[in-house]
Amino acid sequence: MIEAPDLSLAALAPLLFVFGAACVGVLVEAFAPRESRHPVQVAVALVGTLGGLVSSLLLAGERQVTAGGALAVDGAAVFLQATIAGLGALSLLLFAERSLDPARSAFVAAAAVPAGSPRDRELITAPRVQTEVYPLATFAIGGMMLFVAANDLLVMFVALEVLSLPLYLISGLARRRRLLSQEAAVKYFLLGAFASAFFLYGLALVYGATGSIRLSAIREASAGEAGGGVLLVLGLALLVVGLMFKASVAPFHAWTPDVYQGAPTPVTAFMAACTKVAAFGAILRLLYVAFGTDEWTWRPLVYGIAIVSMVVGAVLGLTQTDLKRMLAYSSIAHAGFLLTGVLGYGSGADGTGSGLGATMFYLLAYGLTTIGAFAVLTLVRDGDGEATHLSKWAGLGRRSPLTAAVMALFLLALAGIPLTSGFTGKFAVFRAAIDDGAWPLVVVALLASAVAAFFYVRVIVLMYFSEPAVDGPTVGVPGLPTTLVLAVTVTATVVLGVVPGAVLDLAQQAAIFVG
Amino acid sequence: MTDFPWLLTMIAVPAVGAAVVAALPRGREETAKQAALGVSLLVLLLAVLATVAFDAGGERFQLTTSVPWIPDFGVDFALGVDGIALVMLLLIGVLVPVVVLASWRDEPTGHRSMKTFFAWLLLLESLMVGVFAATDVFLFYVFFEAMLVPMYFLIGSFGGPRRQYAAVKFFLYSLVGGLVMLAAVIGLYVVSAGELGEGTFAFDALRGMEIDPGMQKLLFLGFFVAFAIKAPLVPFHTWLPDSGAEAPIGGSVLLVGVLDKVGTFGFLRYCLPLFPDASRDLAPYVLALAVAGVLYAALLAMGQSDMKRLVSYTSIAHFGFIALGIFAFTTEAATGAVLYMVNHGIATGLLFLVVGMLIARGGSRQVGDYGGVAAQAPLLAGVFLVAGLASLALPGTNSFVSEFLVLIGSFPTRPVFTVLATVGIVLAALYVLLLYQRTMHGPPRGVLLEPSPETSAPATGGGGGATAATATLEAPPPAPARLRVRDLSRRELAVAAPMVALVIALGVYPQPLIDLIEPAVAATMSDVGADPAGVSPEAPVEGTD
Repeated sequence: MIEAPDLSLAALAPLLFVFGAACVGVLVEAFAPRESRHPVQVAVALVGTLGGLVSSLLLAGERQVTAGGALAVDGAAVFLQATIAGLGALSLLLFAERSLDPARSAFVAAAAVPAGSPRDRELITAPRVQTEVYPLATFAIGGMMLFVAANDLLVMFVALEVLSLPLYLISGLARRRRLLSQEAAVKYFLLGAFASAFFLYGLALVYGATGSIRLSAIREASAGEAGGGVLLVLGLALLVVGLMFKASVAPFHAWTPDVYQGAPTPVTAFMAACTKVAAFGAILRLLYVAFGTDEWTWRPLVYGIAIVSMVVGAVLGLTQTDLKRMLAYSSIAHAGFLLTGVLGYGSGADGTGSGLGATMFYLLAYGLTTIGAFAVLTLVRDGDGEATHLSKWAGLGRRSPLTAAVMALFLLALAGIPLTSGFTGKFAVFRAAIDDGAWPLVVVALLASAVAAFFYVRVIVLMYFSEPAVDGPTVGVPGLPTTLVLAVTVTATVVLGVVPGAVLDLAQQAAIFVG
Repeated sequence: MTDFPWLLTMIAVPAVGAAVVAALPRGREETAKQAALGVSLLVLLLAVLATVAFDAGGERFQLTTSVPWIPDFGVDFALGVDGIALVMLLLIGVLVPVVVLASWRDEPTGHRSMKTFFAWLLLLESLMVGVFAATDVFLFYVFFEAMLVPMYFLIGSFGGPRRQYAAVKFFLYSLVGGLVMLAAVIGLYVVSAGELGEGTFAFDALRGMEIDPGMQKLLFLGFFVAFAIKAPLVPFHTWLPDSGAEAPIGGSVLLVGVLDKVGTFGFLRYCLPLFPDASRDLAPYVLALAVAGVLYAALLAMGQSDMKRLVSYTSIAHFGFIALGIFAFTTEAATGAVLYMVNHGIATGLLFLVVGMLIARGGSRQVGDYGGVAAQAPLLAGVFLVAGLASLALPGTNSFVSEFLVLIGSFPTRPVFTVLATVGIVLAALYVLLLYQRTMHGPPRGVLLEPSPETSAPATGGGGGATAATATLEAPPPAPARLRVRDLSRRELAVAAPMVALVIALGVYPQPLIDLIEPAVAATMSDVGADPAGVSPEAPVEGTD
C-alpha cells in the first residue's frame, strides 16, 4: 500500500502562491478579453510574487523536511525564497513598464511573426502588447524558489527545468533588435539544454554510486565506502557543471554576454538577479548538504573555478563597449566573488556558517543593485530602442543629472566602494573566505575587484567628464513601475551599505541547512 | 564641554551642508558659496573648540563617541582623537574655508556649476574629518575609501584639460591601495578573533595583541602599500603630479594638504603601533624609499615646466621627509614629522594657492609663460616669496621648525639616511628660488604681456577707421613690452593673509602645537618599543625664536 507523503502546506505556502499565480495567469491569457489582459496579468503576477515574499517572511525560523523528504524548508531556503520573490516582483514591475517605449512595451507583440517581414513592421508600432510573459516569468520564479528548497536531486532537476524553459522563451521576445534576441534565445536554449544534460548525467552517476537521490542520504553514503569513488566524484563534477552554467560562472559563461545583450532588458535584469540567487542557492545546498563531508573535499575544484570566473569576468569586462555586455561580464566576476563566500561556509568565528550567511547577503545586495542598473539602462534610449553602446552615454551627467547619479551609485556599488551594499557584501564573503584560510583566493579577488573597478569607473567618467554627443540618446521619463523599482533599489543599495546590521543579522540567523 | 560629541558634529555639519548646497536650486551660485563658506567656518570653530576641550596631558584618545554600527562584523562607529589627529582636524578646519574663498571666482569648464563643486568640497571635508577621527579600523577604511569619490569628481569635473586621465588614475591608484589594505584589515580581524577570542576592529584592543612576526609583516605590508600610495612615497607616486596638476586649485590644496597626509598619518597611527616588530624590521627599506623620494622628487621638480606639477613634485619630496621622521623611531623626529604634516599643508597649500592666482591671471600653467611679474604685482610676488621660502624651510618660517626637528631627531638613530636627506634641502632651495626668479623677476615676458599701445589704439582713439589704418601701415618698431597684471584683489588677500600669518606664527612659536602632538607621539613610540624619552623637543625650537 502506498502511503501519502507528509505534506506541510504551510511550509509550501510561498511556492503555492507563486505557482498558483502562474496557473491563474495562464487562464487569464485564455479567457480575459485582450484589452484588460495587461493590467490583470500584472496584478496576478505581483500578487503571486508578493504573496510568496510575505509568506516566506512569515516562515522565518522554520526548519523541516517536508513533501516526503523532497523539500527542505530551512533558514537558507526561506531567506533565498524571499529574496527571489522580492527580486522577481521588482523584475515584473520592469516588465510592466509601458511609458518608455513608444510601442508601450519592451516585448514583441507576436513572437511567431518572422522578424523583418511586413507583418512584423506593422506590429512594431501596434498598440498590441504581449502578456504571456507574466505567467512565464511567474513560472520561472516558482521554479527558482523550488530550486533553492530542493532536498533531492530529482526535484532539483525538475526545478531547474521549470525555471529554465520560460527563461529561454522570454529572452527571445524583445520588441526591437529581434534577430539578436532570437539568436540569444536559441543560444541560451541549446547551451542550457546541454547543461541540463550534464546535470542529469551527474544525477545518474551519483545515484549509481550512492543508491539514493536524497541529499542527506548521499552525504551518508559519500562519507562511507563510496566516498571518493570515481563515480561519485564524476557525478559531483557534472552536477556542478550544470549548476555553474546557470549561475554564469566562468568557464561555463559563454552564453552570458550574448543572452544578456540580446534579451529584452527587463528580462536580463530578471535573469541577472533571480537566476543567480537560485543557482547559488542550489550550489550551496548541493555542496554542503550532499557533499559536505570531512572525508574528502570538492574545495580545490570550486577554488579553481572561482579564480577563473573572477579573472575572466574582470579582464574581458575591460574590453566591452556595450553596457549590457559589460554588466554581463560584471555578473561573471561577481559569480566568482560569490564562490569565495561559498568556500567560506562552516568556518565562522563561532563555528557556524558565516560563509553561507555572507553569500546570501551578497546575493540579495547584488540582485537589488543589478536590477537597478538594468532599470537605468531601459531609460536611456534613442530611435532604435535602448542606447546601450558606451559612447552614447557620454555626457549623460549633464543631460540628465538624476539618471546619471543613480547609475553612478549602482556602478560604485558594483565596484564595491564603501557605504554601498556592494562593499558590505564583498567584505562579508571575503571575511568568511579568509576565516577559512583562503588567503590567496581573497588576494586574487581583490585584484580582480581593482581591475573590474576600471570599467565601472570608465562609465562614470563618460557620464560626467565627457562632453555630450550631439546626436545623443534621450532619457525617457519612467512610469510608475520603473520609478518604484529605482526607488527601492537605490534605497536598498544605500541602506545595505550604511546600516546593514539588521539584514546581515537576518542572513546570519537564516544560515541553516537541514537535510 | 567634553561630553559634547565634537567629532560627530564635525562630521555631520559639513555632510549636511553638502546636502543643503547640492539641493539649492540652479542659479543660486552666490548662496551656495556663502553657505559653503559659513559651514566651513563653523567647522573651523568646532575644531578650535574641540582643541580647547582636549586635554593634552590626559588620556590618549579623547572626545570619544562610540555606537555599535555593524554588530555582525564587530564594527563600532567609534570616534576619538589623540594629539596627532587633532592637529590634522585643525589643519582641515583652516584649509577648507581658505579653499572655498580661493575658489570663489572660479569659472568651471562647460556648463558645470560651482554649486556642485562646493557640495563635493563639503562632503570631502566631512569624510576627511572622519578618516582622522575614526578609532575603529573598519570605520577608518570606510572613510579612507569613501573619500575617493568626492575627490574623483572634483578632479574629473572641474579640473584641467587632462582631467579625465588624472581622475581615473587617481581613483585606480587609490582603490588598488585600498583593496590591498582591505585584505590586511580583514586579516587583522581574523587574527584578532584568534588572539582575543572575539574579532574586533577597535584600535585600542588591536594594539595590545602579540601577532606572529611573519603575519605581522604581511599585514604591515598590506597597510603600508595603501598608505605609501596615498602619501605618496616613490615609487608609488606617479599619480600625484597628474592629479595635482589637473585638479582645480582648491582640489590640489586639499589633495596634498590633507588627503595625502592620511598616508603618513596611517603609518603613525596604524602601521607602527599595530605591527611594531614588522615596523622595526622593515624600517630600513621604508627609509630608503623616503630618502630616495626626497632626492628624486626634488630633481624632477627642478625639471618641470608646469608650475602645478612642480609644486606636486615638491610635495613628494616633503613626504619623504615626513616618512623619514616617522620611521626614525625617535619621539623628536616623529613629533617633527607630525608638525611637518601640518606645516606642509599650510606652506604647500599657500604655494598652490598663489600659483593658482598667477594662473588665473595668465591662463597658462607654464613657468616660461611668466616673467617680471613682481614689478607690477608686488603683493602677489611677496606672497609667492613667503610661500616659496616656507616651502624650502627657511628659518623663521613654519617648515623650518619641523624639518629641523625631523633631521635632528633622525640623526642619532639613522645618520646615513639623515645626511642624504639633508641634500634635499639644498635642492629645495634650487627649485623654489628658480621658480620664483623665472616668474617674478627678470624681463617681462609671456602671456601677461600687453599688446603694444599702438595696436590697441582704436579702442582708445574712439572710432576713426583711417587713423587705425595709418597706425598699422606705419608698422611701428616693437614697443617696449609692458606687463599688465592685476595685483591681489581683496578676496585674494583674505585668502593669503591667514596662511601667511600662520607661516610666520608657527615659524616663531610652534610650541602650542608641539604640546598637543608630543604626548601622542610618545605613546606611539612606546607602542613600537622605541626610545620613548627621546631628546626634548623644546631645545631646537628655542633656537628659532
